Amino acid sequence: MASIDITDVRKAYGAVKILHGVDLTIQDGEFVVLVGPSGCGKSTLLRMIAGLEDISAGEIKIGGKRVNELDPKDRDIAMVFQSYALYPHMTVAGNMSYSLRLRKTAKEKIAAAISGAAEKLSLTPLMERRPKALSGGQRQRVAMGRAIVRKPKAFLFDEPLSNLDARLREHMRGEIKKLHQDLGATSIYVTHDQIEAMTLADRIVAMNAGVVQQVGSPLDLYDRPANLFVAGFMGSPAMNMFEGTYRATDGAPRIELGQGISVPLAGPAPTAEGTKVTLGIRPEHVLVGRELPGGFEARIDLVEPTGFGTILHASAFGSDVKAFSLERGLAERGDTVHVAFPVERIHVFDTATGARIG
Amino acid sequence: MTRKRIVATVAHRVAILAYVLFALFPLFWVLKISVTPNDLLYSEGVRLWPSRTVFDHFDFVIRHSDFPLFFRNSMIVSLSTAVIVTILSSLGGYAMSRFSFRGKFWIVGLMLLTQMFPLVMLIAPIFKILSPLGLTNSLSGLILVYVAFNVPFATFLMQSFFDGIPKDLEEAAMIDGATRFTAFRQIILPLTLPGMAATLGFVFTAAWSELLFALMLISGVDASTFPVGLLSFVSKFSVDFGQMMAAGVLALIPACLFFFFIQRYLVQGLTAGAVKG
Amino acid sequence: MTEAVNAAPYGRDRRPFLRRLASASEPYLYSAPALILIVTVMLVPLVIGISYAFRDMTLLDPFSGGFIGLDHFRALAKDKTFWQALKNTVYWTGYSVALQFCFGLILALLLDKPFRGRGLAQALCFLPWAVPSFLSGLNWAMLFNPIVGPIPHWLYGLGLMSAPDNLLSSPDHAMWGPIIANVWWGIPFFAITLLAALQSIPRDLYEAAAIDGATPFQRFRSITLPFLAPTIAITVMLRTVWIANFADLIVVMTNGGPADRTQIVASYIFTQAFRRLDFGYASAIAMVLLALLLVYSMLIVLLRQTLLRER
Repeated sequence: MASIDITDVRKAYGAVKILHGVDLTIQDGEFVVLVGPSGCGKSTLLRMIAGLEDISAGEIKIGGKRVNELDPKDRDIAMVFQSYALYPHMTVAGNMSYSLRLRKTAKEKIAAAISGAAEKLSLTPLMERRPKALSGGQRQRVAMGRAIVRKPKAFLFDEPLSNLDARLREHMRGEIKKLHQDLGATSIYVTHDQIEAMTLADRIVAMNAGVVQQVGSPLDLYDRPANLFVAGFMGSPAMNMFEGTYRATDGAPRIELGQGISVPLAGPAPTAEGTKVTLGIRPEHVLVGRELPGGFEARIDLVEPTGFGTILHASAFGSDVKAFSLERGLAERGDTVHVAFPVERIHVFDTATGARIG
Repeated sequence: MTRKRIVATVAHRVAILAYVLFALFPLFWVLKISVTPNDLLYSEGVRLWPSRTVFDHFDFVIRHSDFPLFFRNSMIVSLSTAVIVTILSSLGGYAMSRFSFRGKFWIVGLMLLTQMFPLVMLIAPIFKILSPLGLTNSLSGLILVYVAFNVPFATFLMQSFFDGIPKDLEEAAMIDGATRFTAFRQIILPLTLPGMAATLGFVFTAAWSELLFALMLISGVDASTFPVGLLSFVSKFSVDFGQMMAAGVLALIPACLFFFFIQRYLVQGLTAGAVKG
Repeated sequence: MTEAVNAAPYGRDRRPFLRRLASASEPYLYSAPALILIVTVMLVPLVIGISYAFRDMTLLDPFSGGFIGLDHFRALAKDKTFWQALKNTVYWTGYSVALQFCFGLILALLLDKPFRGRGLAQALCFLPWAVPSFLSGLNWAMLFNPIVGPIPHWLYGLGLMSAPDNLLSSPDHAMWGPIIANVWWGIPFFAITLLAALQSIPRDLYEAAAIDGATPFQRFRSITLPFLAPTIAITVMLRTVWIANFADLIVVMTNGGPADRTQIVASYIFTQAFRRLDFGYASAIAMVLLALLLVYSMLIVLLRQTLLRER
């Protein structure tokens, strides 16, 4: 096991810049998830750590040793691919033992290693099958098995669950987490699915357009998003965002949202009077009721029951407001209700820069 | 409506049948002539099947003519060409499929060029170059020329097969600890075996059929290939049709075997052939 | 420190020189054997061949080899056989391509419909492609031969011929012999490529059109043809070039005769080099053929581009 240090790493294909200087330190045994929309550079970063892409500038160290110039085979890392990349002409056992055979490991040791891994992943009855004869979930497990037999310095996962159906994905997510708790291996996991990121990570690295947006624990990112991108990306249904203007002249800091509506803030924000700001509030924090003190009048446009709860779409002060509630039958379509934004749940961002204020 | 549909179906089947007959009739005639005894050849010229069949022509061709030699020569030339081309084009096709490098544009351009100009243009200079090297009138000279002629097309073909194999596989192998060449040998090549077999078949058929360069480069009986030998029948004073067609049937056998072998890959092969333009 | 990094964010490759060389040359190493062969056996002879066109090169004459400028081309301009061969090439190529294409398209449409035994029918229809070209030449020469072949008798029986003679020895119609052999041999090429293109047309397009009330012919015109058009354009162009160069059938079936009536430029080059051993003259003709084919390809590409622009 080893730590991974990434210092000002950049990637460019000719004039097209994919990564604009990434700095990141991953502790020994930590599970880090790189999350972001497709094309944000997260996979490229992972492939650079693996040695599958050249590093245009900057430095990557694994276990304190610079690896920029090393071939993938000399970096002692393992990777699980989105397509699983199982060797179709080898059996499950063959797939899992390939890396050890390449290293000319003794036969008995190989046998012990793969049977141990097979047991951990309950693959033992499948060892003589070929990948073609396996289900999607089984293939996924073989890909993991191939990674763990070798006891590498780090595990890299490139969207390993995105080819599975929703139920299996949920199940495998749990298995990966358990496996990590068992092995305690340094892991880097790339996904575009924010739920995977939230559930798996010790730390999340949110990326967009080749730039790291925020690094922190899952709840950090959820509760205190550093900017509009992270606020909008994490959480489903997504955070409500309303543009407005910051006012604090009369000693009552508030955000004016237009149509004469203004939302009071808990305290003065560290920004200038009249700044264009964006107010963010998560749907589950929006209060809905017949009569709420400090609430705004809103008309319900759409009711989406999810079974688990209800998503209400309402229009208030010329904007759409989404609210999520565990309660059922809170309102019907066409009802006029009150919505309210509890002051301690409000996020404020600078509209121009996108950065969090306060 | 149903009536119309029945008529359409019948017309469709009849048209298919007509095509099959058109495709097979000439080959059937070769077979017919090869088993017709000489005394019936002219008197039963237009009959679909002779009243008496014999295998004398085959017997003569196999036991008393030079055809077994021609057959052997053609086999040596075609198989060697096919094997060498398959190896070279696997390497080249892999490079074309997996690397993006500065010279690629020029290499592809060069290969396209070789497919555009008339090969007859090369007959004279190749003869002039090969004769001082002692490579005219020799099977090795012929193999050398055939390999060069077939490599560009085969490289495009192999490239299309490699393109069908996900890049992830060799990346996984490289992470597992293989060098690129080991990954190529142990992971990619075994998966391309069907493609290599198809390439082998295509090149074999092409080399087996080649006539003009064989005529030009080979003058002695010892190194003659099948087409050259068969054509020498025609230039003789009296053409023995029965023997000629018996030899033709023999020449057809390997070509047809390879055809059924590579049939599945015809489309991919011919589209790779179209790519070359 | 930060400034230094900003000044040169994409720093120099720090790998040792030899390693960098090894990784840069890897693709070339894979393609080198094929490339060396192509250059020595095709490109070098091509250049030498072009130089022959300006030299007096006869194989059996040890004093030949001198530079004679454009003499070959002057001779060529007055060579009646060459002009005849040029005309024949157009005739041979035009009819061969047109007929191969028409029958190939019909065959592809027939085979596109599912029916029992389609796999077998397809294999049998494509079989002529596997027949070596010299053999199909001999095969058809025999079919046209009134002594052992049925065709003259059939034509006579149908009243298309006044006597069961060999088509290949009739100066006016001999060219049809190799053309028919070529069509038989070449239909599979078009059928296979067009069939592949047909099968890549999404089926739901036809279903949507049928629901919209289009007749089969309207569906063919408004869906099939537009989808096939790019394939048709490229295969017809490639095939034209290829057939114009394809001398095997003519060499085998008629050897250019009777009286050069079936001589095409490609077979004329072969005759000059192989029978008369006049390499210089053969190369001069080859250069003219090459130039004409280049002009043809260029015209097609230009035509295609203007058509695309008008769309």
